[in-house]
Amino acid sequence: MAEPRSNDSLIAALGAELVPVRRLPPPWLRMLGWLAVVAAFAVLLFAHYGDEPMLRRWAGAPDLAWAALGAVLTAVTAGWSAFTLAVPGRSRAWVWLPLPPALLWIGASGLGCLRTWLAPDTSIATLHQSADCLVFIVSFSIPLSALMVWLLRRACPLRPLLTALLVGLASAAASASLLEICHAFDAAATDLLTHALAVGIVIVANAAMGGRLLSKA
Amino acid sequence: MRRITGWNHPRDDTPLTAGNAWVLDGGLVPLPDCRASVSTETASASDQADQRRATWMAAAQGGDRRAYERVLADSVALIRAVARRQGVATDALDDVVQETLLTVHRVRHTYDPARSYDAWLSAIAGRRAIDALRSHGRRDRRELHDEFALDRHPDREDASADAERRQQARRLREAIAQLPPGQREAVEQLGLREQSLAEAAAQTGRNTGALKVNLHRALKALRGRLHGDD
Repeated sequence: MAEPRSNDSLIAALGAELVPVRRLPPPWLRMLGWLAVVAAFAVLLFAHYGDEPMLRRWAGAPDLAWAALGAVLTAVTAGWSAFTLAVPGRSRAWVWLPLPPALLWIGASGLGCLRTWLAPDTSIATLHQSADCLVFIVSFSIPLSALMVWLLRRACPLRPLLTALLVGLASAAASASLLEICHAFDAAATDLLTHALAVGIVIVANAAMGGRLLSKA
Repeated sequence: MRRITGWNHPRDDTPLTAGNAWVLDGGLVPLPDCRASVSTETASASDQADQRRATWMAAAQGGDRRAYERVLADSVALIRAVARRQGVATDALDDVVQETLLTVHRVRHTYDPARSYDAWLSAIAGRRAIDALRSHGRRDRRELHDEFALDRHPDREDASADAERRQQARRLREAIAQLPPGQREAVEQLGLREQSLAEAAAQTGRNTGALKVNLHRALKALRGRLHGDD
């Protein structure tokens, strides 16, 4: 079989199959679509809880506000990286974009632990409340991850595992941001551990599942 | 290859970016330094080629078949260069070319005409080259690299080897049976009955190109089923 001829016949065959396609919208627009769903969840939670408990907690412990800001920025940047990396030819360096906000998020949450020792009067989450956190984060992350995976499948993630990691980070950060609205108590060591565990579960589940889900796309 | 003469600008609704490079090029040509001029000309020539392919692909996204076949034919050399750089053996280059062209076909909607076509294509070709290297690695490990192995192979194991062969044949038949009808037909006509493309085309009423695409996809699917490749 002469190879140049076989390339030509494949090209002719693909040409015969050609139909017009709808171009993929730019990554930032696709990211905004996903964030709109996160925002809709936020609106629902605000409607139910109001913003008063959140602002009161933030006034008492400003580092919590920084942690929340970090979580929101992590969700935005990780989402943006995931949608950008799903388009062939984009630089892999974008994968580092969520790192600074993620450090802010984790660092500021860590301060909550220190305060447990510095100001022991603050109400500390019991193990039961922490389990609620875990359930909350995971149950919000699953639909958010599923939505993002579904959106990404229309693109072409050439690095499925890396993209899945970003999906996990984005959805975990988004649900941690949402939790901030209805978090009834202050951050503590158990609380931070629960967050870390939940984020880890989501990232690992996404990497294990999304890696395969995305590679077929 | 069918030559396309009298190429017209695609009737595409997107703004084309080729004009910018020509303006830039025109401004650079009268440079006094000869070497600088040569190198910028080479750079801008490849830029222009990139722009041209970008224009064709944009037209192809709108359904322009001539532009599509032109850009795919133009892509072959670039794909081979990428695959060779990644260390793909010469005899496997055309596999990478065909896998890349099939991927390009599937994900052509992800190309943004405002960006470099070459960068987009190279990323896909690079990925398919890695896939090819991996699957070769797996196959090499599975295969026996001992030319005397066959001679030393004891006859008394023939019965079990026979059973194994029968089992493999059964697995292959099952895998073929599970293929979509078009692909199964291509494997049966071209692979099992060893008909030529033209004979198979006459028998099935499909054109030879479609049969080739179906055979290619079928073989990929079979490799995946039998070897657990992706």
